[in-house]
Amino acid sequence: MDDASRYIPASEADRQAMLREIGLERIEDLFASIPESLRLAHPLEVPGPLSEQELQGEFAARARENRELDGRAQFLGGGAYRHFAPAVVDHLITRTEFYSSYTPYQPEISQGTLQAIFEYQTLICQLTELDISNASMYDGASALAEGLLMAERANPKGRVVLSDRLHPEYVQTARTYLSNVEVGVDAFGHRPDGTADPEAARKEIGGGASALVIQHPNFFGCLEEVETLARVAHDAGALLIVVVSEPVSLGILKGPGRQGADVVLGEGHSFGVPLSYGGPFLGFMAARAAFLRNMPGRLVGETHDVDGRRGYVLTLSTREQHIRREKATSNICTNEGLCALTAAIFLSVLGRDGLRELAVHNHARAEYARRALASVRGCSIPFGAPIFNEFVVTLPIPAAQAVRALGERGIVPGLPLSRYFPGRERDLLVCVTEVNPRSEIDRLAVELGRLA
Amino acid sequence: MEPRNLRDPEKLLFELSRPGRRGFAPPPADIPDPGRFDLDRRYTRDDIEGFPQLSEPEVVRHYTRLSRLNYAIDLGLYPLGSCTMKYNPKVHETLARLPGFAGAHPQLPEEFAQGSLRLMHDLERALVAICGMDRFTLQPAAGAQGEQTGIMMARAYHRERGDPRQVVLIPDSAHGTNPASAVLSGYRVEQIASDARGCVDLEALRRRMSEDVAVLMLTNPNTLGVFESEIEAIARVVHAKGGLLYMDGANLNAFVGVARPGDMGVDVHHLNLHKTFSTPHGGGGPGAGPVGVKKHLEPYLPVPTVEKEGERYRLRHDRPQSIGRVRSFFGNFGMHLRAFAYILALGPAGLRRMAETAVLNANYLRRKLEPIYHLPYDAPSLHEVVFSDRHLESAGVHTLDIAKRLMDYGFHPMTIYFPLIVKGAMMIEPTESESREELDAFIAAMRRIDEEARRDPDMVRTAPHTTPVRRLDEVGAARHPVLRWTAPAGGRRA
Amino acid sequence: MSKGNGIYPEDLKYTKEHEWVAVHGNVGTVGITHYAQSELGDIVYVELPAVGTAVVAGEEFGSVESVKAVSEVYAPASGEVLEVNGALAQSPETINKDPYTEGWLMKIKMADPNELKGLMSAAEYRKHIEDESN
Repeated sequence: MDDASRYIPASEADRQAMLREIGLERIEDLFASIPESLRLAHPLEVPGPLSEQELQGEFAARARENRELDGRAQFLGGGAYRHFAPAVVDHLITRTEFYSSYTPYQPEISQGTLQAIFEYQTLICQLTELDISNASMYDGASALAEGLLMAERANPKGRVVLSDRLHPEYVQTARTYLSNVEVGVDAFGHRPDGTADPEAARKEIGGGASALVIQHPNFFGCLEEVETLARVAHDAGALLIVVVSEPVSLGILKGPGRQGADVVLGEGHSFGVPLSYGGPFLGFMAARAAFLRNMPGRLVGETHDVDGRRGYVLTLSTREQHIRREKATSNICTNEGLCALTAAIFLSVLGRDGLRELAVHNHARAEYARRALASVRGCSIPFGAPIFNEFVVTLPIPAAQAVRALGERGIVPGLPLSRYFPGRERDLLVCVTEVNPRSEIDRLAVELGRLA
Repeated sequence: MEPRNLRDPEKLLFELSRPGRRGFAPPPADIPDPGRFDLDRRYTRDDIEGFPQLSEPEVVRHYTRLSRLNYAIDLGLYPLGSCTMKYNPKVHETLARLPGFAGAHPQLPEEFAQGSLRLMHDLERALVAICGMDRFTLQPAAGAQGEQTGIMMARAYHRERGDPRQVVLIPDSAHGTNPASAVLSGYRVEQIASDARGCVDLEALRRRMSEDVAVLMLTNPNTLGVFESEIEAIARVVHAKGGLLYMDGANLNAFVGVARPGDMGVDVHHLNLHKTFSTPHGGGGPGAGPVGVKKHLEPYLPVPTVEKEGERYRLRHDRPQSIGRVRSFFGNFGMHLRAFAYILALGPAGLRRMAETAVLNANYLRRKLEPIYHLPYDAPSLHEVVFSDRHLESAGVHTLDIAKRLMDYGFHPMTIYFPLIVKGAMMIEPTESESREELDAFIAAMRRIDEEARRDPDMVRTAPHTTPVRRLDEVGAARHPVLRWTAPAGGRRA
Repeated sequence: MSKGNGIYPEDLKYTKEHEWVAVHGNVGTVGITHYAQSELGDIVYVELPAVGTAVVAGEEFGSVESVKAVSEVYAPASGEVLEVNGALAQSPETINKDPYTEGWLMKIKMADPNELKGLMSAAEYRKHIEDESN
């Protein structure tokens, strides 16, 4: 048998027998409804077929072309974070009943997925200290875009105001989404310590905005004054949206919901979802109960069955595209279900104490690194505000050049901010997590010291 | 302690939690005196209220038990029409977890991520060949985001020509994401009726098509599983008035290797890697919705694109006419990887065989079931077939009941009540992954249910009878939403 | 099954979109018909305008939802919203049980009672739904 059909049970004999039962002679007859003129006369120009053994060899070779893992010390963050995930997480999500099932439209035979999402929703509410969470969005950037659209539905002002310390790719995404629906996007500046400037926010909101948006910790790693900015937003009749791109921080930081945020959304991949070159990731969105009917995406609710047993169903679906079509709260259908499950399992294993300890660990290492780099000759720390696990260091030479130089020495020292902020040529965004041992941090300091 | 059995409902994580338990500890701090770094208390929380406390084996049991409450493609036929539930090759899970891929940080300097970039480049080339388009973006995270991306590119194209148009035409048989995506992209949606065959009514289209129509959004084969045979004429009508033809490629698996959207007059289309190219559905995602365009739309592709320069691969951000980004980084790379592995494993002949067998299986089911079940449209089927419950009207048994009863026979139900143009629709897509024996078992179950519906309709109306829970109260769930667990009054259990 | 054999009080006026209006002076009480609620099934949510909002004859003023469908509701006459049925937020099922009395949606101060002339009597409405369901 042709090896290319190892995923297809029907043998040639089966196919011929079935064709006869249908009353057709040739396989080609199945496609009679496709005009002759459109039918391909030649085989597709794609590589393959490969046996499984060849396939594994091919991919192993391709994976080796990604050179970052050959013993390199990495300090990359900027919207994606390197974290350790206990082995049980992957073992459990590779249960075929989870990963090869569909959206739980038939609750009787999908209680596993439905209950897990209900638990995920609860965990997100607990972390953010808000009332409701949806079942996931694509990623942090599109979650922000959807959150802004939600704010505009709930509080229509035709305009949103964003901190200039948001992840630049989140801003780009928000601009793409909002450019088509006539919602203005404006930005406000930051203070010398690196945090969003409440006065600038107050001025920029001026005549009104549906939402004020900050990121906490912000893109440069600084912790924001959430309560102050919530007051600024609310005084001007705007909602406060807090973006969290590194949710491990919620292990020690106050839930932004308690601090006045109306919506907390962001990126959840840090909870056990592999980096995988940036996707699939996990957008999350939580909000106060008042936004229930405006929420985009799926929601799972608790109910009971005809025999009185507790169970879970997709609910409030009239918000969604398959019912409300052009009037839906969003076009989202497929979301990131398995990544939400991954996060739920990760958070269950870490638990109350584990997540807190992990967060403390991240913060302490990053602080240690920040102080170590502050004392390196030629380096300085431009922003004084408290941080979580990321900070900016100004180098004696352009950061992109430093990345190339240290790359040769087995270190990826961070993200040059010039990638997003022309003019910040010498600034490097450094991220330190539990996967960076002290020895790596010390080596980073030594190597950066050689640049001056 | 109450006795329990294997089909009992599972408690919630939060109910299983007990103070003092833990399933994880970070490695010992190796930095001196970490306590000196403590954050100011105005930033910090003391506790995460209600957060679970469980040991590792308890977590493992909890999720393993939950998993057993799910149906899955590896348990049997999963005939959800338009969802394409096909076998997800196991090797893909191994490949996606190769440390070089799974551990690649998206902010890596390009020279350290050549393997990932080359894979994205090669997948794009393969999709170009399969679809006959000029370029693809892999960025959209799912089909709906692909639709939105494609429509936004069309909008940018019209705007740049100084011809802002207002309307997107969508057939009444379309998936709900189509109108939702068009509105999100700033358009007004007009529905166009289907003809007696369930296809686009070419005359109605001709009458409606004008200079204010930006795009016709067409699913081909459509949601009835029928190929729009007049697609070339449709494209001519749309193009003659300056409009663009968008093809929803959710059903591309029906003709891979047989025909190509790019040869049909399609200007832009998305496809779903989690459908045609077998990446796992994951209980609702992640997916991936690459979008293919013809040359005239290429300038509007989202940033960045992957470009090959000599033997190196790089990301190109500098695209002034681009619509921008629709998400962070480069898309669901893990899904790109699995789809590319699938294409390589099958090769040209295997891909065509995939489509052929999917269509063969659907037609085999149709042939066996059409003497029993009502077939509202009799146009030739490709990869799926739509029946209705009309023949059981007198028995008072409806599509929902048939779907629920299928569970008692060990099958996941088909897609029900969609497309909307068929009352009581049952949309069946078997895919190429099913053996003839599995199809026959499904056919036998459908026959039995039909007999039962006539003989003992109450039994069918109260199905399922064998599942862990039955007929959940969705009305109650929507009237009084409970969307999270909360600690019972009186405080946490000791 | 005949669709017209529901209950359609003679003292009400009906719209093509299946709303009813009861007129007392220049105040109109508006709801949806027995037929509308039975077509929708179990109603789970009602969206109503704020008191003081202006509504326009023939235009949408809110919506009524079941688990799987949303139905917009249209004002039978123009005017200002005087009162909405707040009890429906807690028990939307009232519309299913009692569409004409406890299940009313809103009361409006009508701007022009002449607008009601285009509406149907109970007999005309019964015929209308017979035609629509055929």
